[in-house]
This record gives sequence, C-alpha cells and structure tokens, in this order.
Amino acid sequence: MADSTFLTVDWAIDWLRRSAAVVAENRMALIELDRVIGDGDHGENLDRGFSAVLEALDAQAPATPGAAFKLAAMTLMSKVGGAAGPLYGTAFLRAATTVGDAAELDAAMLGAALGAARDGVVARGKAEVGDKTMIDAWTPAVDAAVAAAAAGAGPAAVLDAAATAAESGAVSTDPLIARKGRASYLGERAMGHRDPGAASSALILRAAANAAGAGA
Amino acid sequence: MSVGLVIVSHSVQLAAGVVELAAQMAPDVVLIPAGGMDDGGIGTSLDKVMTALGLADTGAGAVVLTDLGSAVMTAESALEFMGNPDTVLLANAPLVEGSIAAAVAAQSGAALDVVCKAAETALNPVAASPAGGTATALPSTADAGEAGAVTAVVTLINPMGLHARPAAVLAGELGAMDVEIEINGVDGQSVMMLMTLGAGQGAELNISATGPDAKRAVDLVRREVEAGFGEI
Repeated sequence: MADSTFLTVDWAIDWLRRSAAVVAENRMALIELDRVIGDGDHGENLDRGFSAVLEALDAQAPATPGAAFKLAAMTLMSKVGGAAGPLYGTAFLRAATTVGDAAELDAAMLGAALGAARDGVVARGKAEVGDKTMIDAWTPAVDAAVAAAAAGAGPAAVLDAAATAAESGAVSTDPLIARKGRASYLGERAMGHRDPGAASSALILRAAANAAGAGA
Repeated sequence: MSVGLVIVSHSVQLAAGVVELAAQMAPDVVLIPAGGMDDGGIGTSLDKVMTALGLADTGAGAVVLTDLGSAVMTAESALEFMGNPDTVLLANAPLVEGSIAAAVAAQSGAALDVVCKAAETALNPVAASPAGGTATALPSTADAGEAGAVTAVVTLINPMGLHARPAAVLAGELGAMDVEIEINGVDGQSVMMLMTLGAGQGAELNISATGPDAKRAVDLVRREVEAGFGEI
C-alpha cells in the first residue's frame, strides 16, 4: 500500500525514534548553527532530550499516538534544559491533547495535531512568522499539511507536504534578523545564518514523513 | 500558612542564592529553589519545577518567579501539565527584586494575588500601593505635610539603621494596613523602596500617612524605630 489511510502508534513511535536518530546525526551541525547566533547548546540539548525519549520508549510502550506524544512531551521538557525543551514539549503535548485516545489518525487529524502543536509553540515562545524562530518552519508546514489534507491527500502525503514546507521555511530564516531568544541580541549579525530551531523542526517533521513511508 | 514561592533559575546556585536572600526577610515563608537541570547543569527542568510547586503550596497557593526566557517557558509548561491551577501564579517580575518583594508580602500574610502583584511591581513599588481608600482619610493629628495626613518625624537609633531586616518588618506590617504611607518620600509598604533610602543611625525619617489606618501605621513606625527594631 503506497499510502495507508490511518497512522497508528507504531508510526508515532517510529517517528520519535527517527527524530532521535536524525537529531543525533545532525548534533554537530545544529551546535554549529546555534554557536554562530545563539549559545551553542541546541544540538547537544536536543540530542540529550531525544536520547531520553528513546529510553522512555524502551521503558514503557505507549498504546496510542497520543500517549507517545505525551511521553515525548514530558521527557523533552524535563531533559532538554534549554528553550527547545518547553517549545518541543509543548508542541507534543498539544498534539497529544488534540488526538486524545484515538488509536488511528487520519489526514485531517494529523493536520489538526500539527496545527495545535504550532499554536503551542507560538503560545509558549510568543514568536511570529519572520522572527527567525521555529515558527518560520512550523507555520508553512501546518498550512501545507492542512491544504494537503483538504485536497484529499493521505497521511504520508500530508506529512511530506509539511516537511517540504518546513525545509523551505527553515531556509527562509537565513536572511532574517532575529527578534526572539539569544540571537535577538545580535541584530544584523544574525543575518545570513539559519535559525537552529527552524532547522531542527524541519528535520523532525521530515522524520515524521519518513516514518509514514513518504517518498518510499 | 502563607503563600509559598518557587524560584526557577537556569543555575542551581542562583536559585539557592535568591532563596537564601529572600529567607532573611521572610523566615516563615516556604521558599523552594528549582535551579538547573536534573543533573545540576545549566538549564531548567520540568521535574524540578513541578516538585517544587508541590512543596511550596501548603494551602495558600504559590507564586513562581523565574530568570531568563526558557525558565519562563518551563514554568508555563509545568502549569499547563498541572491543568493551570488557580492556586499557582507565575509572576512577570525581576528575579531578585521580585522574589524579595513577594517573600515580604507572603511573610505579612498577604493573599496569593497580592503576593504576585508585589513581585510584579517590585521595580516600581509606588504603583503597588493599594488603590482607593484615600477618600476616607482621618483628620490630621499633627500639622505638616498634606492636609488630612498623619505625620511624624523620628530618628533612627539602632546602629545599622533601616537595613534589610527592619525594612522588611516595616513594609510587611504596613502592607497589611489600609494606609497610604510615605517615609522620606518613598512608599513605606515597599521593602525595596525603604532599602533604597539607605537611612543609617541618626537619620531622620519623615513619615506621612493617609487612610483609615494612618494613625496606627505612624504609631507602628514610631514604636519600631524608638525600640531600635529590637536590635539594641
């Protein structure tokens, strides 16, 4: 089957495992991005957080996608340490709340969960599109996911659209002046550098698409 | 039972230091530090914050004070996990000044929202004076200052003058009264402002109070000053 109609907890767990792998793989790249315009801890913090997510998944098998998201939320909030912890943690927590106890997620629910996750990041970080933050990846990703779902795409295609838009969104942060976080102290010196949070968001959303079999 | 405080900082030592400082002026208030990550490194931990909240709220609620950006986000996340209870307020306040102002308010028995407000107005304490109540000012019992004000001039006799502890005593007791009181032109209900006076031994304090408790308030200041704040 090229694109199943529903995603289950197996997908959610696979997504989290793939996220941990891709974050570990890009640890140095994220550290380098953050070293230039932040405090250099993004890659290390996120790697520590997702490593803890792997341990949590080994220790207890979540029964639903929502339970997997909630486990990730609590773990990331406790273990990441920097701003990425509460931001990604809130994203997963809001997604968990949105999908509730559902055993299977369809394309529309995925769009809604991504939207709730993005809204959580906005609420927590108080950032807008153009501030050179994670939101610059998340907002186009949500718009693309919702549009794809409305056009009748299946879950994998929805996630693929989201990941592609997030990747473009991350690139779009390169010329921006940061208005949030440590990078905002740098003014124009932040121009020409990609926001590490937007970069990691794109990696994690691509992992979601890959776990759903997009492009396979 | 008073309102408790949770001090969230990226640094274990900073959180502990703020608790140490605030505890000097608020010996009976439960002050719980939540600094650093679980392993003690720089950062903030949801676990630590949630544990601290459980300890700080002994029935009258808790106010959370934070340092930089992600400490605020971690505190907000902890509250969201707990279902945003009415018994916990997150103060938008400078960590050190806000913690001390909140601790003093809690020590005086102030309610949750008042303690939070004390923190949030720590850098501008005059604005924190209770609103209203001025229309019922008692007739003056001494002449000087504005019409209707109760006034007095007293001289500090204790060796250390109006340092942190007596400032906290005065601000705490005055804060529980329905009064507008100025001491040498600053808000007598604000420990931070009283400390900015830097009034040492021999300094004169010009007191002016209005409101229903004006006379009680001035008498209290006079009594404390004349007793050397119990330090002599």
